[in-house]
Amino acid sequence: MSVGWLKSLTRPTAATGALLVGGWLVVALLSHMLAPYDPFHSMVPLMSPGALAPDGGTFWLGTDSLGRDVLSRLIYGARTVIVVATVATMTAYAVGVSTGLLAGYFRGRVDMILSFFANVILSFPVLVLYLVIIVALGASAANVVLAVTFGSAPAIFRIVRALTIDLRGRDFIAAAITQGESTWRILLVEILPNSSAALLVDFCLRLGYSAITMGVLGFLGLGLPPPTPDWGGMVNEGRTLAFAFPHLVLFPCLAISSLVLGLSLLADGLRQPAARVRRVA
Amino acid sequence: MSAVNAPSGGVSRWLLRKLFGMVLTMLAVSFLVFAVLELNVDDVAVKVLGQFSTADQRHAWLVENGYTAPFLLRYVRWLWEFMTGHWGTSTYYREDVLTLITPRLAASGLLAGAALLVIVPIGLVMGIIAGVREGSVIDRLVSVFAIVTTSIPEFASAVFLTALFVFWLDWLPGVSTMADGFHVRELVLPVGVLTLYSAGYVARMTRASMVEVMQSPYIRTARLKGNPMRRVIMRHALRNALITPVTVIMLQIPWLMSGVIVVEVFFAYQGFGTLLYQAALNTDIYLIEACTMVSVVVVVLTQVASDLLYAWLNPRMSIRGAAKAGAE
Repeated sequence: MSVGWLKSLTRPTAATGALLVGGWLVVALLSHMLAPYDPFHSMVPLMSPGALAPDGGTFWLGTDSLGRDVLSRLIYGARTVIVVATVATMTAYAVGVSTGLLAGYFRGRVDMILSFFANVILSFPVLVLYLVIIVALGASAANVVLAVTFGSAPAIFRIVRALTIDLRGRDFIAAAITQGESTWRILLVEILPNSSAALLVDFCLRLGYSAITMGVLGFLGLGLPPPTPDWGGMVNEGRTLAFAFPHLVLFPCLAISSLVLGLSLLADGLRQPAARVRRVA
Repeated sequence: MSAVNAPSGGVSRWLLRKLFGMVLTMLAVSFLVFAVLELNVDDVAVKVLGQFSTADQRHAWLVENGYTAPFLLRYVRWLWEFMTGHWGTSTYYREDVLTLITPRLAASGLLAGAALLVIVPIGLVMGIIAGVREGSVIDRLVSVFAIVTTSIPEFASAVFLTALFVFWLDWLPGVSTMADGFHVRELVLPVGVLTLYSAGYVARMTRASMVEVMQSPYIRTARLKGNPMRRVIMRHALRNALITPVTVIMLQIPWLMSGVIVVEVFFAYQGFGTLLYQAALNTDIYLIEACTMVSVVVVVLTQVASDLLYAWLNPRMSIRGAAKAGAE
């Protein structure tokens, strides 16, 4: 597994993905050092990219309608999206994995109830589900996380449940049961690690979906509340002025597309070696 | 794929079980929606009467509209009203919700239908070409294309396409309000955005299915008998390879609905998506409830239709054999 994982990075698509994701990670980590201006500070409104700033610097990507430096907001936006999307995806995973393990291992009534609940949630078009949650609870980072958890957990539940059902029938689980290992130990030490290869691929993809969700909610004006530097929110704010000032929307769109593309390419690269092994076997 | 789940008893039993599951799901969904939006009656009063209503006004309104009854009773009453077509009055549009939704739903159906007409052929053709030549350059190109397009959020591709075709080339209108009658030109960009996002997904599914079929022994036999490749693909491979994609396309419809909301809002297309969005922005509670229920009905119906289609298309699940195949 680990060798295949490293090898996959030599493939051009996976390498591109790793580069994009790594790049944005660095930007997110070092936002405070990389951003030329304070992302909340109003200076000269609606300057075009490359315009000179009053302090002698340059607004490389221009400024928005409130006079804030677009590049700085883009850089801090990377931090916002990476932190919130990661927290949201991990929360969804915590819920999806724990319920999926239980349903797949115990089957019976537990499985029936959990599966029914997952089906109910899955019968909402995702965006409608998000809208209902945000309308009922209001727009905030915590509620965006909650919305993503509700939207993603049922799908994760299904994957983990299927993997668990598959693994449960194997001999090494029977051996663990005979050895008297506790159910918790079997679930967490025997079953979960054996599902990790498939889950890692899914995690990368889902991280991208979460970023898209944040972007869409921001674009609809229902994401993180305004002063927060958020890519989707930047598109929303700049939309009405986009005809005269396309830089307001183009750069945040490029940013989110490149981040999600990086995650998808990475997921694709991680998936490929696993698929090849299966074909040989 | 566990599309068919019938232990015994043939198709009519299987269908009944499906329908029963559907009704149960709908009941659970309606309860969830009602609980999330109407559990707190004071919230409902604020949403209907506005933030600047006085406590007395709210109280009077709640009493007048039967909100003093216990929650479960209110739910049953609401469900009954809903099923008999009394969906309440929109607080923002001041109009009956049902009459408000119908034309919008038709407009969105038109948009989604037009999008599917483009998505399906493009997706299928790309997937088939890639799947037949697994591992070739063209296969890899299709894969990369699919990854790239499914990674770009709809609002971003809408921005890119608008920048290119509206601002730069000045070929197409940037809004699709259909203000002075219906124009196909105004449909091009919305359909383009939806296609960009979904065609790659359909292509990937078709490719995977095609690859699997091409590796099966009966295709090898057909080729070893000396049949030309074209004939093998057209007569033998496609029939089986298309079963999964067709059901996947059906399941794309709810996915398409989410995309349609974004696209409609972006291009100001007056459909179901913009209506739901406006309802959400204005916390127009009865409109949100109705829109949510309608969209869930669409999803659940397409799921059942997709299951039926799968059973009907798959020769291993010939009508009488449905029960048997499902148990395997």
